[in-house]
Amino acid sequence: MSRHTLSVLVENKPGVLARVASLFSRRGFNIHSLAVGPTENPEVSRMTIVVAVEELPLEQVTKQLNKLVNVLKIVELPPGGSVNRELVLIKIRADAATRSQVVTVVDMFRAHVVDVTTESMTIEAAGTTDKLDAMVKLLEPFGVREIVQSGMVALGRGPRSITSERLRAD
Amino acid sequence: MSTQTRPAPVAPMPQQRPVAPAPVEHLSGAASVVRSLEEAGAEVVFGIPGGAVLPVYDPLLDSRRVRHILVRHEQGAGHAATGYAQATGRVGVCMATSGPGATNLVTPIADAHMDSVPLVAVTGQVGRSLIGTDGFQEADICGITMPITKHNFLVSDAREIPETIAAAFHLASTGRPGPVLVDIPKDILQADTTFRWPAEVHLPGYRPAARPHAGQIGTAAKLIATARRPVLYVGGGVLKARASAALLRLAELTGIPVVTTLMARGAFPDSHIQHLGMPGMHGTVAAVAAMQRADVIIALGARFDDRVTGQLSTFAPGAAVIHADIDPAEIGKNRVADVPIVGDAREVITDLVAAVTAEQAAGVVADLTAWWAELDQLRETFPLGYEWPADGTLAPQYVIQRLGAIAGPDAVYASGVGQHQMWAAQFISYEKPGTWLNSGGLGTMGYAVPAAMGAKVGRPDTTVWAIDGDGCFQMTNQELATCAIEGIPIKVAVINNGNLGMVRQWQTLFYGERYSQTDLGTHKHRIPDFKLLAEAYGCVGLRCESKEDVDRTIDAAMAIDDRPVVVDFTVGADAQVWPMVAAGTGNDHIMAARGIRPLFDED
Repeated sequence: MSRHTLSVLVENKPGVLARVASLFSRRGFNIHSLAVGPTENPEVSRMTIVVAVEELPLEQVTKQLNKLVNVLKIVELPPGGSVNRELVLIKIRADAATRSQVVTVVDMFRAHVVDVTTESMTIEAAGTTDKLDAMVKLLEPFGVREIVQSGMVALGRGPRSITSERLRAD
Repeated sequence: MSTQTRPAPVAPMPQQRPVAPAPVEHLSGAASVVRSLEEAGAEVVFGIPGGAVLPVYDPLLDSRRVRHILVRHEQGAGHAATGYAQATGRVGVCMATSGPGATNLVTPIADAHMDSVPLVAVTGQVGRSLIGTDGFQEADICGITMPITKHNFLVSDAREIPETIAAAFHLASTGRPGPVLVDIPKDILQADTTFRWPAEVHLPGYRPAARPHAGQIGTAAKLIATARRPVLYVGGGVLKARASAALLRLAELTGIPVVTTLMARGAFPDSHIQHLGMPGMHGTVAAVAAMQRADVIIALGARFDDRVTGQLSTFAPGAAVIHADIDPAEIGKNRVADVPIVGDAREVITDLVAAVTAEQAAGVVADLTAWWAELDQLRETFPLGYEWPADGTLAPQYVIQRLGAIAGPDAVYASGVGQHQMWAAQFISYEKPGTWLNSGGLGTMGYAVPAAMGAKVGRPDTTVWAIDGDGCFQMTNQELATCAIEGIPIKVAVINNGNLGMVRQWQTLFYGERYSQTDLGTHKHRIPDFKLLAEAYGCVGLRCESKEDVDRTIDAAMAIDDRPVVVDFTVGADAQVWPMVAAGTGNDHIMAARGIRPLFDED
């Protein structure tokens, strides 16, 4: 299994997320993560879907997605040719004695402390999966109370945009 | 009557037609639905009213362009719309109320989805204020039908009704056809609104396949012209694209053998010398062998279904595959395509005819003599056949064969699912498109009677026979009431073997003749008595139990045209469908009869 990142432009209509999610489950495709949000065009939403499949099923994934009437365009973003980011919020145990050690780690990863109490700290970090995994590993010894993580969002590198080419099969 | 052209399966997109702006009309949402159905070209709607959809039924009473046929169960409405669509090529329309009305449409919608039938289902929904509250007769039918529709809509504004219904018809009938559901909340049906039929359909994410790629056509033509053991594998897409005439040209130009799948029976004349019959689990030995031993398979509007390929890993091991389909997702889904061609079957075949003609003009003509000698030997040695039951009972195959011979190639035959379906596919000679209707993909028992009803409504001057089993018939025979009252004189041949015959066949072959729950008692107890049942429904009921009576009974049924006729053909329980490729085995293991493996034992 290998991971592929798909950028999917969809019409901003009710039920579109359900259609995409149900397609993946029905056809037995594995979603590693899915992030969806608005774009520069209010009528269009953008999904970033990380799927874990082999090459041939990936072709099926994109072809089946393309058949959804609300799907406008699908682009696979190659790892080297795109900028990929996830967001993580981590609440860890930290008191006066350990706080400065935590801050050192936070600084090393260019993360931010977004909430502090006498017994806890909440850290916000954005980055690639590898970077966030490394940071979480270093913070684990302090005691993790909760972690929440977003799906990956990604943009292709360079001046071109996903909409600069004409829409799918036009 | 309507001046609008009715949408055909591959109708031009509405926006390509120059349409003068229509005048604005003020009306209710419900009346807007009826006006939309009129403008979309729906001449008939099969349905049942109920609370949420009731507003539509009021203006429907006054429509002079849309005939509503009141069915007895919503499943009947759905299959009738499918039968209508399959027999005419137009969009079939069914209507139901919210909740149970809508969920009763689920089976026919799934059926139409599997067999790519252009179908529009209109359902009433509870009022918007009740959606999500588990209101009376509320069901999330859009959520439920999401995986079994080409697309569905929940209308959220009465002004959107015309464009939504226009989009539904456009989606259902273009590209790869399929079912589209339009769910409309009751308060929207009751709202005041305006109606204007849209000049164009706005679906930015929907682009049905473009013209077939010229380069791929050229590559395919070269492969076809040089193939030594080619076969044309013809699927239902050829019928949907109305490509039968083009297919005949391609076949005769190249001399290549043709096989037609269960969904494509009638796409190529059975009487044609190049036709080897149906491939697959119950296909002819010659058709299965042609696929297994081919060097090039030209798949046209077919999808390499598991019932055709058998065990996929051993299917047609030496064949290069040219796969043409209007749905790009079908290409390479089950079998890798060496030459993929995305496009409408008629355009693909027409382009192939031109390209192959050019190849032949350049002197590239393959010699298929050896290939044909091999196939001819197989079809002479292993023709379709059957044995008379040892117990002297009536052979079901004989009944079906005589039915086909007497009703002829102009009649429409709709079958249920099971042994009788396979015999009807094998022993009736189909010469014309649109004469064979069945539930191929989903395998829906109960399809035959309502589908025949829909076909008869669409083609009232044609003889329509439902060939049903005693199991299937008991699932949907309530529509005989609809047929009798609405003046739809279909003919039903119940191939009554007293059992769930195909299941029983598998129990005979694979479960040590342990007949668990397959005896329906239609022989033993004669419950129900199909002759009396028919009469109770206002139909003519006939019964035939011996070979001598078969022709006479069919003739009697053919002579009746003012009422539906049901014939109980009481046949032997032990007849089996042969040839057979057992589920999960490779096609090389095809059995011409029990224990006889003509392809496997050779060499």
